[in-house]
Amino acid sequence: MYGIIRGMNPRRLTVIFLLLLCLPGCSSTPNQRGDENSPQQVEYIENKGSDTIVNLALAWAERYQEIHPEISISVSGGGSGTGIAALVNGTTDIANASRKIKGEELEAAIENGAEPVEFVVARDAIAIIVCPENPIERLTLAQISDIYSGKINNWQELGGDDRVIVRLSRETNSGTHVYFLEQVLRLGDDENKTLFSTDTLLLPSSEGIIEEVKANPHAIGYDGLGYVTPEVKIIAVARSPEDEYILPSAATVNEGTYPIARDLYMYTASQPEGALLAYLDWIFSSEAQAIVEELGFVPVPVSDPG
Amino acid sequence: MTTRSTTLRNRFKLPETLITRLITISGYSAILFVVLIFFFLATEGLPALREVRLENLFSERWYPIEEYFGILPLIGGSLIVTIGAALLAVPIGIGTAIYIAEISPRWAREILKPLVEILAGLPSVVLGLIGVRVLSSALRVSFDLPTGLTAFTGSVLLAAISIPTIISVSEDALDAVPRSYRDAALALGATGWQTIWRVTLPAARSGVLTAVMLGIGRAIGETMAVMMVTGNAPVLPRGLSALFSPTRTMTATIASEMGEVANGSTHYHVLFFIGIVLFLISLLVNVTASAVVIRQRRRAERVLG
Repeated sequence: MYGIIRGMNPRRLTVIFLLLLCLPGCSSTPNQRGDENSPQQVEYIENKGSDTIVNLALAWAERYQEIHPEISISVSGGGSGTGIAALVNGTTDIANASRKIKGEELEAAIENGAEPVEFVVARDAIAIIVCPENPIERLTLAQISDIYSGKINNWQELGGDDRVIVRLSRETNSGTHVYFLEQVLRLGDDENKTLFSTDTLLLPSSEGIIEEVKANPHAIGYDGLGYVTPEVKIIAVARSPEDEYILPSAATVNEGTYPIARDLYMYTASQPEGALLAYLDWIFSSEAQAIVEELGFVPVPVSDPG
Repeated sequence: MTTRSTTLRNRFKLPETLITRLITISGYSAILFVVLIFFFLATEGLPALREVRLENLFSERWYPIEEYFGILPLIGGSLIVTIGAALLAVPIGIGTAIYIAEISPRWAREILKPLVEILAGLPSVVLGLIGVRVLSSALRVSFDLPTGLTAFTGSVLLAAISIPTIISVSEDALDAVPRSYRDAALALGATGWQTIWRVTLPAARSGVLTAVMLGIGRAIGETMAVMMVTGNAPVLPRGLSALFSPTRTMTATIASEMGEVANGSTHYHVLFFIGIVLFLISLLVNVTASAVVIRQRRRAERVLG
């Protein structure tokens, strides 16, 4: 089920989801007017932003509405910037973002009388993978950057076998591709304009990368930790040669030691209350964080009441 | 008698004109659709020429998220994959057609013809899956390549897609050559092979050429299978060695990027511009093919007349 959702285009998913929302929504409107016995108003929560999180937010919303039929949550994508802009303009209750809110966005929000509150709702680790036959066990961020920019072209230069390196990447429309470009290839430096080597293979799916990496000792690839299967070898990564080489896992991501990981955020316009607070509290429950793990993200520590 | 036939004719007149009209309309609608499609492509694609500098558009780097819109590697990718496919598909396709039409015993023909039709109906995604799971690793191991996701892998799949078309159309053309041509050639002492090569095949030339063009047309427009196996690296092919390295075609680029692109953005317009280029290339292939066929038909008429 989640596999299908994950494979789908987020925008198309949003459309389908909105249509689905429409069905009970349309039929319940006359109900509320006519039926005196209905004690609860349906409360709506608008949730908008990052395409990376949209599937996770959808899964949460679906499950939460099963438990609380009186709450109606609409989720849409569009990108982190779109979500935060909507929050500033007051057209969404929750903004999803795969990056921190920027200074100017925060200023704009305060000007509009909002005080954005930040919640780290999940984390995302990107694993560097090679074929199990490849003797390479560990790499530094700078080495990975040099591999993908085309400065290192043979595994021998890294102490491996004499094989040409085949670089695998996701397509350019993937958020993971952009994150990898900014944080790994350009090492997080805004001035750095390094590009992927033109002979980098751009594969249309995460599964395609796993498929090629597991059989081909020439290949190197990257993928969200949730997609990685035991058939490939995960490389330990260090920030610099003096640092420790770390394997990605829920623990190393939460400690902040694995370098290619990012927080996934939700922002509200002010301290949440009522239904909104209840929903955000539920997101930090073990049930909601189990969905995080199912979708291949890294859960954050849960705060179950008791 | 006369009155009866007049009433009969009158009774059928209305449906007759109605049906003739409908058929005429459907005939013209084909032209209308082509014009509409081209108009749509032009309005969506031509703004690209204004928004992107020409030296960017015709450069060697395709990286749209950083405003690099060089479409040359994509055109080159499509061409090299298609040429590779044609080199594989034409000899095999025509060879099979000759075998079915001229050489095979009746029972083999009865088995082969429906098999070819089934092959023609195979969805390209299925072939793509076979390409990813089996063909690419087989090619990597047997040719000792760094990766099996290459232009050649795409060519093999495209050949598999276009061969059935080439076989069935050229087999029909060979079949339509009058029996008397072959009898005459054999009576003059030609061997079986000489008859095929010098008489039957030239006589069926225009049909065979149509078959090849239809096959190539299918190959250049094919998307899914190619996207799955060519690796999609936008590298400008230089020479035949590029056949054995990853490449990115125009169709795969449009298919994989159109879903996420913002409506009306530069990237969106450039993707439509690629559509125009693709449209013009297939138009060129078709026009060339019909020109060749017409010229040859005229020559044949002169010789025979």
